[in-house]
Amino acid sequence: MLQAVKSANPGHGDEPWVGRSIERVEDAALLSGRGRFIDDLGVPPGTLHAAILRSPHAHADILSIDPEAAKRLPGVAAVLTGSDVKAVTTSLVVGVKAPVECWPIAIDRVRYVGEPVAIIVAADRARAEDAAELINVEYRPRGAVVDPLGALAADAPVLHDGFPGNLASDRSFRYGDPEQAFAEAPYRFSIDIKYPRNSCTPIETYGVVASHDAGEDGYEVLANFQGPFSIHTVIARALKVPGNRLRLRTPPDSGGSFGVKQGVFPYIVLIAAAARITGRPVKWIEDRIEHLAASVSATNRATTLAAAVAADGKILALDWDQVEDCGAHLRAPEPATLYRMHGNLTGAYDISHVKVRNRVVVTNKTPTGLNRGFGGPQVYFALERLVQRIAIGLGLDPLDVIKRNLIGAGAFPYRTATGALLDSGNYQEAVARAVEQGRLAELKAKRDAARAQGRLYGIGFTAVVEPSVSNMGYITTVLTAAERRKAGPKNGAQATATVGLDPVGSVTVHVASVPQGQGHRTVLSQVVADVFGLQPKDIRVNTEIDTAKDAWSIASGNYASRFAAAVAGTAKLAAERVAGRLARIAASQLNVEAADIVFAKGFVASKHNPENRIAFSRVAALSHWSPGSLPDDAGQTIRETLFWTPPELTPPDDEDRINSSLCHGFIFDFCGVEVDRTTLETRIDRYVTMHDCGTILHPGMVNGQIRGGFAQALGAALLEEYAYADDGSFLTGTLADYLLPTTTEVPEPEIFHMETPSPFTPLGAKGVGEGNCMSTPVCLANAVADALGIADITLPLVPARLVELVRGAEPPPPAGGATAAPVREGDRRLRGEGQASVKGAPEQVWAMLLDPATLQSVIPGCQSVDKITDTHFRADVTLGIGPVTGRYRADVELFDLDAPRAVTLRGGATGALGFGSAEGRVTLVPDGNGGTKLTYSYDAAIGGKVASIGGRLLDGATRVIIGQFFTALARKAGGGGAEGGGFSLFALLAKAASLFGGRR
Amino acid sequence: MTRLKADSRHAVRFTLNGTSVEAEAEPRMLLSDFLRHQLGATGTHVGCEHGVCGACTIVVDGMLTRSCLTLAAQVDDCELRTVEGLAPSADRLGVLQQAFRRNHALQCGFCTAGILMSLDHYLARNPNPSEAEIRDLLSGHICRCTGYTPIIKAALEAAAELASSNKETSDA
Amino acid sequence: MKPPAFDYLRAGNISEALEGLAQQGSDARVLAGGQSLMAMLNMRLAKPKLLIDIMRIKELRQIERKGDAVVIGAGVRQADLLAWPDLAEALPLVALALPWVGHMQTRSRGTICGSLAHADPSAEMPLALVALGGEVLLRNARRRRRVVAKDFFAGMMLTARADDELIEGISLPVAKVSRFAFREVARRHGDFAIVACAAMRTPAGVRLAVGGVADVPTARDWPRLEGSALDDALNAFAWELGARDDVHASARYRRDLVRMIGRDLIGEVLQ
Ligand SMILES: Cc1cc2nc3c(=O)[nH]c(=O)nc-3n(C[C@H](O)[C@H](O)[C@H](O)COP(=O)(O)OP(=O)(O)OC[C@H]3O[C@@H](n4cnc5c(N)ncnc54)[C@H](O)[C@@H]3O)c2cc1C
Ligand code: FES
Ligand code: FES
Repeated sequence: MLQAVKSANPGHGDEPWVGRSIERVEDAALLSGRGRFIDDLGVPPGTLHAAILRSPHAHADILSIDPEAAKRLPGVAAVLTGSDVKAVTTSLVVGVKAPVECWPIAIDRVRYVGEPVAIIVAADRARAEDAAELINVEYRPRGAVVDPLGALAADAPVLHDGFPGNLASDRSFRYGDPEQAFAEAPYRFSIDIKYPRNSCTPIETYGVVASHDAGEDGYEVLANFQGPFSIHTVIARALKVPGNRLRLRTPPDSGGSFGVKQGVFPYIVLIAAAARITGRPVKWIEDRIEHLAASVSATNRATTLAAAVAADGKILALDWDQVEDCGAHLRAPEPATLYRMHGNLTGAYDISHVKVRNRVVVTNKTPTGLNRGFGGPQVYFALERLVQRIAIGLGLDPLDVIKRNLIGAGAFPYRTATGALLDSGNYQEAVARAVEQGRLAELKAKRDAARAQGRLYGIGFTAVVEPSVSNMGYITTVLTAAERRKAGPKNGAQATATVGLDPVGSVTVHVASVPQGQGHRTVLSQVVADVFGLQPKDIRVNTEIDTAKDAWSIASGNYASRFAAAVAGTAKLAAERVAGRLARIAASQLNVEAADIVFAKGFVASKHNPENRIAFSRVAALSHWSPGSLPDDAGQTIRETLFWTPPELTPPDDEDRINSSLCHGFIFDFCGVEVDRTTLETRIDRYVTMHDCGTILHPGMVNGQIRGGFAQALGAALLEEYAYADDGSFLTGTLADYLLPTTTEVPEPEIFHMETPSPFTPLGAKGVGEGNCMSTPVCLANAVADALGIADITLPLVPARLVELVRGAEPPPPAGGATAAPVREGDRRLRGEGQASVKGAPEQVWAMLLDPATLQSVIPGCQSVDKITDTHFRADVTLGIGPVTGRYRADVELFDLDAPRAVTLRGGATGALGFGSAEGRVTLVPDGNGGTKLTYSYDAAIGGKVASIGGRLLDGATRVIIGQFFTALARKAGGGGAEGGGFSLFALLAKAASLFGGRR
Repeated sequence: MTRLKADSRHAVRFTLNGTSVEAEAEPRMLLSDFLRHQLGATGTHVGCEHGVCGACTIVVDGMLTRSCLTLAAQVDDCELRTVEGLAPSADRLGVLQQAFRRNHALQCGFCTAGILMSLDHYLARNPNPSEAEIRDLLSGHICRCTGYTPIIKAALEAAAELASSNKETSDA
Repeated sequence: MKPPAFDYLRAGNISEALEGLAQQGSDARVLAGGQSLMAMLNMRLAKPKLLIDIMRIKELRQIERKGDAVVIGAGVRQADLLAWPDLAEALPLVALALPWVGHMQTRSRGTICGSLAHADPSAEMPLALVALGGEVLLRNARRRRRVVAKDFFAGMMLTARADDELIEGISLPVAKVSRFAFREVARRHGDFAIVACAAMRTPAGVRLAVGGVADVPTARDWPRLEGSALDDALNAFAWELGARDDVHASARYRRDLVRMIGRDLIGEVLQ
């Protein structure tokens, strides 16, 4: 089932280790339960544990926070709110020039569901959570906006005064002469895209352990942070200490990241602040509910992309209009997602004229951050969908349109219109090989046969360039050239590696690549073993980072697929530098020229006379034991730290051309899918993915990256979306709502390789970690578009969304039967109406509606009803629906009283499980027999925890409760014993808010 | 009848990978936390605490068990197996573990303990599984790194190897 | 995500469990397999003062054939029933539906009765109980009663069980000659159903039961219908169920599945 990789060749010495799929050094510990992840490591005695109280509202003012009851709970050390944190920190820096602050905890106002509101520090996590429930926060909700285009509307609620109209940045770019190209081109094609929000959600959540030394005002932090370490400067600044007083360490193992663990940094600030305020070490392990609601995600983006096209399908110019949604705060390094691909907006194609408008907006959603693919999925979804549309529009084969536009094999290094320098490749050859090895002809025959049987079968194609090793200066493209001049140049990407030899001559390597499971330690042992003529097992690699002791720079970390291309190459260079010195030492000992020295099989020997040799460990140890006997010019060989930054990574030029990445792999994918006629589920029949990622250092790991990225991309295409309702409620708050692919959804992709080494990297390697996250979503979308013959595809391909497109109008309900209220997607307000006949006269019913004593006696679980005024009541209720119970404070006011005929009830209920608000109009009309006809209509909304973790059942259950309420009201008014069932809007609201969807 | 009071700690005793262990826990303490933080058996991981990800899966009295959906108090007197008990000795890996290593069936290794426990339990009862059966079994686990197919391959390889070594032993 | 504090009672026999329920009433929760309850506790959606663990009560662990019925005790786990040798012959519909409940790792602990008590409208076992017309055996410290399936499910996660009652078990009629079919559509394998349908041949014709659409699993009997009469009946039924939208599926999609799968299954059982 799996395709073979070059098999491990257990060392007979001469062939290099690099390029072999040796077993990983990481695995023995991980397979036997001896990994050392952050929550596996001990903490100092007396360490406290934090829990975080989070906003249930998408947008609201915080009127008050009452932590007193929480503070009184035994075991609670402190409750910190925004103002406490503010007292010891400053705002996080914001990536654009604007008078806007960005705090890691809400200050006076919340802007997304899940935003931290208070930190509770206690003896253990359970107690901290107990206390969190006792904190009373009063909110005044504001209007929320979740759609990036909606955020730009004139009447949209504004999140930050410093971002007028929610617009954080608006830049236009022009390369070549796009206007003329569009004017002269015979065809123009355009596509509108809404790329959804999703996240690669590692299975290990965030973790932070922080302590503060008041004497030196220094922080020590252990966090499963993944880099980039430019963020270290952001954290130190927020904590108001110089960088040398923020010692940031990472644990030996990390349970995946895919970019996401960059987003732990605001919590580093919060937990460090908590440590400072309590004077004790504080530990926080994020839970899954917190992670889904409030860690980070990829950006969602609205794009309009137009192409000027010749009759043969040649694309002459592109016009990009991108509106990037970064969520509620523009947190470092955003808006990097938008600019990471700036040099690559023409993909794998030779297109000279490009126009770009890039807008960045804020909305009431979780702030975005690094996520595997980082801007690539958004760009390629637009570009490659457009290529398919061009083909269809011109009656051409989509593959022919791709081929017509590919950059020529002789053109490398190729400078794209927007400034990227594509290092190497042969795209035509890669496509040709994939078509053959992936058996495209056979797949087409399969499609024909399936269609002949009336099945929905389609084929999709994608060609993408996968950038890797980010230029630390690309993000400054968001600034104008003048602003950049003022800010000073930013460019390059420093990689570092340290090679050390100890007194017995054994080799240690340290890098700052912060692996998240990719096996860096194994690959480095191969790379360095080759340099020293040793075996990988002789090399011990350490990848933990300690910013107080280790070599690192802002580019350090695990992102932009920089390991193989930059870090492994730097380790090679560092080892070679040491080897050069060792060669000189050995040469003097062996009485040969240094040029005659080779390292092989554990010896340093003369090339000409291999018998003339000395054990590697002896030469290696000499610097320790006998520095006096080293040749004068050799220098020490104890430890060498090397920094490497590629000269190609220059800052943006005055025309805003930017070489945003160092290397550029090439991917060509095609696939066959079938859409089930009944369920409309997409099944992948065959997925072919051809990669040219330069020199392959470890085939098993390269394929591992491809498979892993493919599975995540499959999730993005078919299952995953961080869904928000129009009111900003977060709807996918558990792993039963945010659906990750499992074994039953993920097939084995057919992987093919071609190796065109990069001339820009020491080992010839390019990045490979993110490519399929860029290519696969759109490849699957193209295939489904082909299968269904439809133009508009929105991810994820939720089967229900295809119904109208595939089947047209629905069979109507039988005459006189039920009808369905039209619903707008995203609108979660519940509306309804009904009526009941009641025995009592309207006056009687009226009196009951207004009487607190009756209310208290009939509301189940009612602790108290306070009459604030004649028309304003407040109640404390504990309610349960099935197994779900919660305590609520309900507030109800009566309006438009028209005794005894009609009244409007408006109110809300809040509790730990969420909040509800509703408005209902009740009308009472005498029925002529001494009774009353009661009619009602209502409009209710529910949000908070219940909405995000119980979405599946919430609305339905709410309707049930509302129905029950009015039935009970009718029964009570009729004099019949109203058993169970709430009687009042209090009960209605509180009960509704207490519902849980029961999803696991 | 045993009634344990909410606010105090009570002794919990069971057998963990063949060794009897004892520690104290409040009634609300999850088995996953008990194993990891009271007993120091940190090989069992926690990824969701609502039963979906499978990282915390262990074997209790022969039943696959989500330790995040189990109270420590519930396993008093039971027999537990966790990832720490899989290897034949501290410096050797078992057949299944070796197959994982050979096939690069793990990357970050965070999901791995749970998956190994499911497979170890299943293969002992179903020596000749099909790919579809393995996929069905492992649908109760989420791995974000590997794309699953190397895991499935490792499982099938291990099954074959275990079956042939069992055959050898029974033939002998 | 840690549970709130509660007392824990390990019941050694039924009367200890009933006593706990009688004392604590709505503040007590029965802990069976924990596959729903524990997740809710971890999320602090439930705050019982007392958990009553019934899984060590031997009397509840039986699967028994009593004449024309199979009685399944509250301690019987989903995996136990799947492994019961008579399952396919005595309860063919359950044999078809049970593998769709969660995953091997949740069925190994979760109980049949826990799933019924939980009354998730998308769950498979409530659907099977309704389709087969089974009964729920309830008991409190004073009395026992039997409630037929359609009266047991009162709404979304609401049942006819009183706070002080234990579900002792359920009783399902042994299959005669009738034919059964089951099909489910979920976003992923092992997820709760978007729509689950069970069909069986009845003496008078055919019965179709649908889960995942209305608040409770709902069964409908028809005489032998064919062609457009069947389409009309299914269409009317699909609309009556009052399907709703959620993030995973629209009401229309659910109605389509009821119409299309309903038709397929009825065709299968009437063949
Ligand atoms: C990942 C995952 C996926 C799942 N997928 C599905 C699925 O696809 N379909 C499905 O149907 N279920 C699914 N479930 C739920 C699972 O089937 C549960 O086992 C079941 O819902 C509850 O049974 P339990 O024995 O675990 O009960 P518990 O969780 O112990 O209890 C559930 C509720 O029932 C009450 N209760 C239990 N037993 C009794 C009794 N004898 N008398 C009175 N009250 C009682 C409890 O007090 C509690 O309120 C899934 C669970 C998980 C974790
Ligand atoms: S932690 Fe237990 S299943 Fe995820
Ligand atoms: S190996 Fe990382 S989650 Fe599976």
